[in-house]
Amino acid sequence: MSLRISRAATLVATLALSPAALAQDEGVERDYQIPLPEAPEGEVTFTPPHERDLPDNQYGDMVRQGRDLFLNTQSLRGEYVFNEQNCANCHLDAGRLANSAPMWASFGVYPAYRGKNDKVNTLAERIQGCFTYSMNGTPPPTGSEPLVAMQTYLHWMSTGAPINESLPGRGYPKLEEAEQAPDRARGAEVYAAQCAVCHGDEGQGQKVGERQVFPPLWGDGAYNWGAGMHRVNTAANFIKANMPLGKPYSLSDQQAWDVAAFINSHERPQDPRRRTLETLEETDATFHNHHGYYGDEIDGHRLGDHADFGENPRPLDG
Amino acid sequence: MTTKRITSGLGLLLGLGLAAGQAQALEGDAERGQQAAGVCVACHQADGMGMDNPNGESWPRLAGLPAAYIEKQLHDIKAGRRESATMMPFANMLDDQQIADVSAYYAEMTAWPTLPTAYQPADPEDAAEWLAHRGDWAEDAMIPACNQCHGPSGQGVGDVFPPLAGQHAGYLAAQLEAWRDGSRHNDPNQLMVGIAERLDEAQIAMIADYYATLPATLAERDAPSSEEDAP
Ligand code: HEC
Ligand code: HEC
Ligand code: HEC
Ligand code: HEC
Repeated sequence: MSLRISRAATLVATLALSPAALAQDEGVERDYQIPLPEAPEGEVTFTPPHERDLPDNQYGDMVRQGRDLFLNTQSLRGEYVFNEQNCANCHLDAGRLANSAPMWASFGVYPAYRGKNDKVNTLAERIQGCFTYSMNGTPPPTGSEPLVAMQTYLHWMSTGAPINESLPGRGYPKLEEAEQAPDRARGAEVYAAQCAVCHGDEGQGQKVGERQVFPPLWGDGAYNWGAGMHRVNTAANFIKANMPLGKPYSLSDQQAWDVAAFINSHERPQDPRRRTLETLEETDATFHNHHGYYGDEIDGHRLGDHADFGENPRPLDG
Repeated sequence: MTTKRITSGLGLLLGLGLAAGQAQALEGDAERGQQAAGVCVACHQADGMGMDNPNGESWPRLAGLPAAYIEKQLHDIKAGRRESATMMPFANMLDDQQIADVSAYYAEMTAWPTLPTAYQPADPEDAAEWLAHRGDWAEDAMIPACNQCHGPSGQGVGDVFPPLAGQHAGYLAAQLEAWRDGSRHNDPNQLMVGIAERLDEAQIAMIADYYATLPATLAERDAPSSEEDAP
């Protein structure tokens, strides 16, 4: 929540006056959540290999294990995963789909500097980041089998991709700023008409037996307040190119912005970095200088003003 | 935290999407439904299992479909959102209450088979299984996995996404064709039509056969191992 979004008239009323937000105006850039750099323009030309062509050896087996973890990350539930997500929920087609933050476009660009933690990150650390935030989890240790399996899967998928070069199709395609400020009420209408059929009236998702079919978008089972997807712009970009499922690019830009604002103005598990800081205000000021609702007052409730880390067992002072 | 509802005021809007176009819910009575269903057995059979007619129109299995799904289909057929010269006169015989009743009757008749929900990797050499589990995301296809909407093992999700596994092959293929030629245009939010249009003929034949035989395939796959496990 920075002053950069003050064009969002509906938001301004609720957040512009918070002292934390004003402090940010000093020009000190402390936004630790800078989204991925924009992908280069141009045709998507890279095609990852087909699983038919996986070799029958130890390497191939490790790739298969990584693929299984990517599609069914729930097998790590209670150990490294504490919500109802799978990696493939936000990286469609098992991490292969262009404009859905595909894994083949990420493998060659790490190690890379990331603002989120202000250091040069390896691919392993980038994956660990998605565990901490998107999966509301605990990252598997470096060198542990789940992490090695995932790295191997990504390595195989990137067969033939250039190293240290950003490829077209990386990340989620960046939308132009909305003509009108993103509006939660309009977003609620889009949600009811286009999304609730799968994700549920209360954003709770749907299961068949124990198996998640449609992921929850808010509440305990969803990505937490530190995840990239909680930024309104990142979610809008993802939604435009990937949702509703099977109908990519069918929403107008405005609808994508509005529905992203609606989804991301709901409660979700606490930002894990809140544990390292004294107050919500400090967490908000340090880590949330972006387009999001963390710390904002919505319908009489201050988002993120709780010690609920979902199923993640580490306590607030842990 | 999930219980903290902060949608106040917005909550009303939710649910409108689906309710639109659907008649207000009438309580269905399965016993009355049985009487109204007397004329249906000629095609859908006394046990509600329908029939695959390789050389003609196939009659879908109705037994165990969700009541709300059956109800919606009958209203859609009456209203012409789903054009079927065969079914139309029979749907037209039913008023709203009778529709609710026959829907309850068929829904309660025999449960749809419950199939495995656990994750299973798809065999990359098996094109049909691949389409069902993984989809066809080529740039000109962009087809999600059928199971992403129709549920694990294609056994259906809630009232909106009907089961495919165990339905007759001829009927499944006919429905995909019906979306392609525009005679079926009743899918909520047009979630199905684009997918049907982007499938090719070979995929349609293959996937219809896959789902029709899936319950048997899965039972066979499980059988030998459970024998081995037996003491
Ligand atoms: C809730 C959604 C979500 C889930 C679940 C998720 N991610 Fe991500 N992932 C993102 C977002 C958002 C980004 C950053 C995209 C951006 O900023 O444009 C990202 C980025 C990445 C990147 C870097 C991509 C690049 O091009 O630099 C990798 C690698 C990655 N995720 C791996 C994973 C793995 C492995 C898992 C499962 C353990 C996972 N993600 C689960 C949302 C998610
Ligand atoms: C037909 C069902 C369906 C509809 C309709 C649908 N989604 Fe989804 N959505 C999914 C599925 C399935 C996934 C997970 C994708 C995967 O695993 O391949 C998903 C993933 C997501 C995610 C990723 C975040 C997460 O936590 O995993 C977001 C955000 C999302 N959908 C938003 C929306 C919005 C907004 C709409 C309405 C404009 C919408 N969806 C409509 C089925 C649907
Ligand atoms: C003369 C044969 C015939 C009779 C009698 C008949 N049906 Fe059908 N029914 C069909 C055919 C053929 C279809 C497939 C229509 C299509 O292709 O759209 C069908 C489809 C349906 C469907 C849609 C199933 C689905 O999975 O979407 C329902 C529900 C249904 N019939 C109910 C009934 C009821 C209730 C009756 C009695 C009142 C009845 N039918 C009588 C032939 C018949
Ligand atoms: C994005 C969600 C979605 C995906 C993916 C999807 N479907 Fe569907 N499908 C639907 C919906 C919704 C309906 C119910 C339409 C209605 O209410 O009439 C449906 C209905 C059907 C029916 C008619 C069933 C009956 O009883 O009449 C068939 C056949 C079918 N789908 C086949 C497929 C196949 C094959 C695939 C994969 C290639 C697939 N679907 C993928 C959403 C989806």
